[in-house]
Order: sequence, then C-alpha cells, then structure tokens
Amino acid sequence: MTQIQHSPQTAAAVSGNRAGAQSGAFLEVRNLTVKFPTDDGVVSAVNGMDFALDRGETLGIVGESGSGKSVTSQALMGLLKGTSAQVTGQALFQGKDLVTLPESGMRQLRGRNIGMIFQDPLSALHPFYTVGHQIAEAYLVHNKATKKQARAAAVDMLGRVGIPSPEQRFDEYPHHFSGGMRQRAMIAMALICEPELLIADEPTTALDVTVQAQILDLMSELQEETNSALILITHDLGVVAEVCDSVLVMYGGQCVESGPVDEIFYDTRHPYTLGLLNSMPTLNSPSSRLNPIPGQPPSLLDLPKGCIFSARCEYAELAGDGICASQRPELRVEDGHGKRCHLSGPQIITIRTSR
Amino acid sequence: MITFILRRAGSLILLLAAVSFITFTLFQLGPSDPAAAACGQECTPERVAEARVALGMDQPFLIQYADYMRGLFSPRMIGAPGAQSICEWPCLGKSFQTNENVADIIGRSLPYTLSMAVGALVLWTVSGVGLGLLAALRKGSAADKVIVGAASVGVSLPIPVTGLFLLLLFVNQLHLLPFTTNEINSPFGPHGPWAWVTNYLLPWIALAVLFSASYIRVTRANMIETFGEDFIRTARAKGLAPRTVTFKHGVRAGITPVVTMLGMDIGLLLGGAVLTEQIFSVPGLGFTAVHAAISGDLPVTMAITMLAAFFVIVANVVVDLAYAAIDPRVRLQ
Repeated sequence: MTQIQHSPQTAAAVSGNRAGAQSGAFLEVRNLTVKFPTDDGVVSAVNGMDFALDRGETLGIVGESGSGKSVTSQALMGLLKGTSAQVTGQALFQGKDLVTLPESGMRQLRGRNIGMIFQDPLSALHPFYTVGHQIAEAYLVHNKATKKQARAAAVDMLGRVGIPSPEQRFDEYPHHFSGGMRQRAMIAMALICEPELLIADEPTTALDVTVQAQILDLMSELQEETNSALILITHDLGVVAEVCDSVLVMYGGQCVESGPVDEIFYDTRHPYTLGLLNSMPTLNSPSSRLNPIPGQPPSLLDLPKGCIFSARCEYAELAGDGICASQRPELRVEDGHGKRCHLSGPQIITIRTSR
Repeated sequence: MITFILRRAGSLILLLAAVSFITFTLFQLGPSDPAAAACGQECTPERVAEARVALGMDQPFLIQYADYMRGLFSPRMIGAPGAQSICEWPCLGKSFQTNENVADIIGRSLPYTLSMAVGALVLWTVSGVGLGLLAALRKGSAADKVIVGAASVGVSLPIPVTGLFLLLLFVNQLHLLPFTTNEINSPFGPHGPWAWVTNYLLPWIALAVLFSASYIRVTRANMIETFGEDFIRTARAKGLAPRTVTFKHGVRAGITPVVTMLGMDIGLLLGGAVLTEQIFSVPGLGFTAVHAAISGDLPVTMAITMLAAFFVIVANVVVDLAYAAIDPRVRLQ
C-alpha cells in the first residue's frame, strides 16, 4: 500500500486561508462560489471554497452526496461554462484564472494541463468508439501527431496503466472491458497528455473493493512518475487515508475542516468530521451498530443563517448564546489546520475524548 | 452478418405469404363482386357468370390463391377457357378492370411514388433532424420555443389541410408553381430535373410538414438526453472542440432512434402516400391502390399490398444493419 507522504510544505499548501495562501502556488482557489438558478430558487452548491495545492501533492476532498465536491471539480475544469451555473471567485492555475478564462482558453488546458477521471467509467466512455480510439483522440487534440503516433502513444499508455496485451485491447469497445479495466482506460485517457493537475471524481466508487486498491495504487504511482498534483474527490475516508497528503472536508458547499491527513484523522477539530469518522465501521470497535450523523444535509436552496451544520450538530449548544444558529462561523486556520466552528479548541478536545 | 441477412430473408418470405393470404381472405369476405363490376352496367346473370369464369373467381378460394401465388414464380395462363392469354413472369395477375398486366400497372405507378418519397424524405430528414438538433443545442432559447411550437402545429395538421392550403396559395393565388402533372415522374426525363422539382415540391412540403414535426420532437428529446450523458462530459474534459463534441460524440449516439423512425417511414411511404397522392392527383401506388380497392380489383390490390409489406420489411432489415453499423454493441446474429 502507498505510504502516506507527509511533505513539510503540505501544511502551507492547505492553509485554506486566503491571506496566508502563498502567491504563485500551482493551484490556488479563492472564495470559489457556484450557484445554479432554478425554477425553485437559487441552489448554492459551492459557497466560498479556499484551498491551494502544489505539484506532487494529493488533496482529498471529502463530503457526503450533495456537499458540492463534484461541482467544485467541474467548476475547476470549466465544465460549467456554457450552462446556467454562476461561478464566481478565483481559481488560479499556474497564474491563469480558471473562473474567468474563456471557453476557448479553457479548452487548451483541459486534457493537456488538467486531466479528469470520472466516477462511472462505463457511462463516461463513449459506447460507440473503441477504447483505443478515445484515448488516441485525447492525444490528438493536444499533440501534432499522426494517427499512427497517437495509436502508439495510446497503446503505450494502456500498457502503463496495467492493461494486458494493450495492442489488442486498443481495438476493443468499452463494453468488452471489465469495470476495473475501464477505469484504467479512463486513467490512461486522462493521463495521456501528462497533465500537471489530475482531478479524480470518485474514481473508485463504482468499482469492486478488490479493484479499488489497485486503481488507487496505480494513480499514486503515475502521480509520482509525473509529479502531478492530484485532487481526489471521494466520500470514502479509507481512500483518503490511503493516498492523500491533505484533506478538505466539505459540508453544504463549504469547507468545514482542512489540514494534513494525519491531523484530520487524529486531531479532528470539527464535529462534522468527527461524525464522519464515527460513522465508519471499524474492525475492533466493540459496538456492533454504526453511528450515523442524525438528520439530513441542508437544502442548498435555503441555507441556514448560522453554521450550516448546526441543525445536525450534537454540540451546538456548547458554544453558548445560540451563536451556532445565528452566526456563520469563519474558517479559522491555525498551523495549516482550518476549521469552521464556533467551538473552542479545548471544547473540541473534550468532545473527542468523550466518545 | 450473412446468417443475419439470410434469416431475415426467410422471415421476409413468410411474412409476405401471410400478408398476401390475409389480403386475399379479406377480399373474399368483402362485399364487392368483381365479376359484376367487370361486366359493367346492364349485365345479365349469364354474362356475370361468364365474367366470373374469366376472372378465375369460379374456382374454390384456396385454388385461386394457389394460382395467384404460382404466378409469382412462373408465367401462367389467365382468362376464360378458350380466351386465355399468357401472363409473363413475374405474374401478379391481370387487372379485373382493364385486363392489363398488374406488373405493368405497378411499374407505371412506382416512379410517381418514388418521386414523391425521395424528395419528401430528403426534405423532412434535413429539416426535422436539423431543427431538432438546433433546438436541443439551444434548449430553452427563443429559437427552441419557436421550433417546438412549430412542430406541435405541424404534427397536428393533417395532409388534406396542408395539401389543399399549399395548392390554394402557391398554385391558385400566387401562381408560383404549376399544378402537378402526370407527365413528369423522374428527374431524368425529357422535362429535366428542375421541372421534376417544381412538379413535386408541394407534395413534398405537405409530407415534410407532417413528418418533420415528429422528427424534430424525437431528435430534440434524444439529443438533449445524449448531451447530458457522462461521455459528453468526458469528451469536453479531453479538450475537444465543441463541434467534435456535438457531432462525433453527441449526434452519433443520439441519432439511433431517428434512424429507426426513418426506416419505418421510408417503408410506409414507398407503399404509397395515399392521401397526398390523392390530393395532388399523383397516380402513384397509393392512388392506384385506393382505386383498385374501391372497384374490387383484387390482383392490383394484392400486388400493391404485398409490395408495401415488402418495402416495410426490407426497410426494417436496413434499419437493423444501420444500427449495427452505428452501435458496436448491437451484434447481428
């Protein structure tokens, strides 16, 4: 299994603090907001995300369904351009703002500088074209090459992602591939132009557990080879623990806690993250029942005025004065570990040790 | 592939046999008496009986049917004993009305129907798929609303209404187009292709208004669904140009239901556009079939019914082959 590499700059990279984020970072997202106007009102899918990432690092974005993980990644990819979505804020990628970059400029970056892997490789691959054709196509968009060269590159890439006899598999269709092989093919497609940033949106969710680990290992290996930055979007904390350097926990379109992976797991500072960790099954836990977080995620049409998590938070009254319900907490960052919570550090420690 | 075509050819023969038998039976059960009709007015019972023998309708039903079917494979003699004439292969019988060889009648009518079908087909496919795609790409825009609105109107306009309206406007009032003439039934004839186009333009438009309306709706719905697919997002994430995403990845995947529709409609239309041919007085298969059915002309009715069935079945096979060409997941076995 992959070792968790805890590089010294990780803490700074996930500083999450707008003022503290180093200028000239490889990827720096500032106050990213995505809203979708609908007939029922405005859906606030992402509400002010801040994070930064350097090459060679892996950032895990964790959260339950509807917390804005995928929308964040699609906003970074510029896939929301041309839709009704309103994207504001900044996403500086090597100095270019992905939010304001026009579609034509974004197209130059997509595939070549930013690659993306999607959740369900069967529906993400075109059923009518051979796997090889689709990979070669990705190569041909950004490289001046003949079809023959593109084929050679695609075959080579298929081999690198661990697909046996890639020369033959090149001419097969996605429905001839198994789930794990399809995801390998997706990875080959995303990496064929060796992008510096790879966004993987739940890359292992649709896969068999035994295949999940292989895919994660593969991504880590390839990341090391190319020294790319990786954003791993997942709701699986096990995946995060395995491959990420730092973690960003999302709830209701906001970052509620961010920091180096060890700190998130062993020095948890937000009740939501605590709830997530508590709801995971463990092999040696004495309790036979899982402890889910009670309640439902908030409606993104009508977010609460106070802390977005307050309605489900068991400890909301500990902060006193009903402040959790009335005032939205700021993301406070200490030593690279950010939390968006009114509870004080000692209070959190008490809560953590009591459960 | 070859097995597939052979199997479909086998089912084609069985289906044609069934269709012909049903048509034959229905005709026998019907109220018309071809012998009396062929004999004309002021006919004595003896002359009707003679006519019946001449038409072969004195024979038992199954023998009549067997005789008819035999003609499809070899020449046969037709007519009253002593006054028989040969009906060359492929013998579809002789018209009860004119004693003309039915194969000749079909051969004469088919070019009109083909002329109608080909032009209408091109017109409605281009306009239907084109407008449907445009509406899907601009979903929610004013253009989309206009196109969808027009399609709703178009689909509810019956051919007699559009046909007569077009005639009234362009021929009667504006004198922009000539009234349809029977002299032109091919773009390669002595009148040239332009005369062919002007001659058939109104029937084409009448058919196209009706058909393209449903093509717009089907194309739009399918393309919107396809554009929402994950593989379209993947195509965009690769950095492909919008044109490539739309056509190579989108249209190819979303067009299959339109291909099915197209196959069915071509098959139906080749069997004769009854109403349109009637309104524009185009003596095609539909026109001929209606008159044959009304006057109790069994051989002509039989032949056109079987031909229509043949076209529909062949169109279906072509659709299946096209499907396999478009979608690699479809395997012909």
